[in-house]
Amino acid sequence: MKLKYLGTMLTDDYPPFEIPYFQDMVAAGFPSPASDFMENPIDLNQYLVKNGVATFLFRVSGTSMIEALIDDGSLLLVDCSMQAIHNSIVVAKIHGDLVCRRLCLRPKYCLIAENKEYQPIYLDPDMEFEIMGVVTAVIHQFA
Amino acid sequence: MIALVDCDSFYASCERIFRPDLAHKPVVVLSNNDGCVIARSKEAKALDINMGVPWFKVKKRYLAKGGVVFSSNFALYGDISRRVMAVLKMMSPRTEIYSIDEAFLELSGISKHIGCEKMGITIKSTINKWTKIPVRIGIGPTKTLAKVASYQIKKYDLPSRVLVLNDKHSIEKALKETPIIKVWGVGSRLAKKLVVENVETAWDLSRLPPEYIKQKFSVVLERTLRELNGEQCLEIEDIQPTKKQIMVSRSFAHKVNDLSMLHAIINDFVARAAEKLRSEQQKCSSVSVFIRNSYFRKEEYECGFNNFILPYPSDDTRDFLKVVNKMLPLMYKSNVQYSKAGVMLSSFSNSSTVQDVVFPELHQKCNSALMKTMDKLNYYGYPVYLASQNAGRFNPIQRKMVSPKYTTNWNDLPLVR
Repeated sequence: MKLKYLGTMLTDDYPPFEIPYFQDMVAAGFPSPASDFMENPIDLNQYLVKNGVATFLFRVSGTSMIEALIDDGSLLLVDCSMQAIHNSIVVAKIHGDLVCRRLCLRPKYCLIAENKEYQPIYLDPDMEFEIMGVVTAVIHQFA
Repeated sequence: MIALVDCDSFYASCERIFRPDLAHKPVVVLSNNDGCVIARSKEAKALDINMGVPWFKVKKRYLAKGGVVFSSNFALYGDISRRVMAVLKMMSPRTEIYSIDEAFLELSGISKHIGCEKMGITIKSTINKWTKIPVRIGIGPTKTLAKVASYQIKKYDLPSRVLVLNDKHSIEKALKETPIIKVWGVGSRLAKKLVVENVETAWDLSRLPPEYIKQKFSVVLERTLRELNGEQCLEIEDIQPTKKQIMVSRSFAHKVNDLSMLHAIINDFVARAAEKLRSEQQKCSSVSVFIRNSYFRKEEYECGFNNFILPYPSDDTRDFLKVVNKMLPLMYKSNVQYSKAGVMLSSFSNSSTVQDVVFPELHQKCNSALMKTMDKLNYYGYPVYLASQNAGRFNPIQRKMVSPKYTTNWNDLPLVR
């Protein structure tokens, strides 16, 4: 087979000339004046939930916390990662039940209902008791 | 250092989260169809309820002792698992989700400053406080040693639930106490072969020359041996490999002989598998179906299997239904009482990179908007079905004692007084 030398290709010296090609149509109307100022819509999750992986929802049954604006059927957002302090409204496990009460650390440890018909639950050290989490919000739907 | 975080009796622990009345009671969870025991609380283990035991064998004895039983509630377990894994990802830059209730964590960077044990205790108490799931954490220089540490916690019921194996002495002691069958990666058949070779504990294995094990057994076991000696061979795989196949299969609560019934049930499986496929953003070109009767019955074992290769990759439920419904009558035998069926999708290609076909009009028009809408409706709890589906008319799965979907369904939220 015969070979003939034709010359050297200088591809590097001649980079391909690129012409940008727009695949989208160009709308000929006046562009939306808001397009540069768009923000994300308001998100209730962002407002209500600080720590999603540790937040659980509960439904209230009864009126033990009515004076704290927690009514029968209200939805509670409970954050289990938060530290309960004096006066926190908490969801607790006690006597095999789940209850929502205000935690009082002074003068005595107890769980107080926000309803005069309910007695406070005093907490003994030998009592089986666990705070599940702190109630961070209550949602009550009217319509 | 590597930590293995392992949830204690995970399914049973999930059932307890919103049931304080169950705190000290024996709790067991049953497999699909309420067949076998697949999770036991500590109290249930104390009643000698073994893992995998058929429920009907222990039912009477267990309930008489005041035990509590649940059908499996994977909506709940899946959500709690997601939470546990999300917390772990916050605690370490490298995590590998190994199963629904186990994960490996890289501790090297963080633990240098505060120490492995302290780090382990922090992780344990954070998971417990945030998700209410008790965990044990085994820590060691390799994944296999982290598993050994986890086994030690379980075996001795260590109250701290955290164990670090990092010095020669503690590793040697732990390996000597670990039977070979409990070593990660050693199954029961391999264990039997090893016992013949006088390898009865993890320690015995670790003393053998790696080359010998590689020759006589496998490179996998050689790696295990090296890992037992503290040489890291298995990395933390923090990038989840994409799925290669999707399988939906179930045992039926009642035997099925009727072909139209079988059709409806299998079409349900197809719909579920196709939904999974779309959520992975994949298309597939191979569809397989199997139907079989029970292994344990007097009649002869019958298993029908068929596979169909689509001319082009698809993610449309209707494409799969078409071929499945062609295959099914070919496999069906009218004298067989079927007790299990399944659908498998494989040969995946990414949705966005699929080549177009030359004559698209010959195929069903790929109407992904319809599928997307169906998936969305189903996701938000407004189930829609294709007409051929069983659509809940006959429930092939029996879950009589299932707990509420506490965390994933508005109607099932836990109540507080």
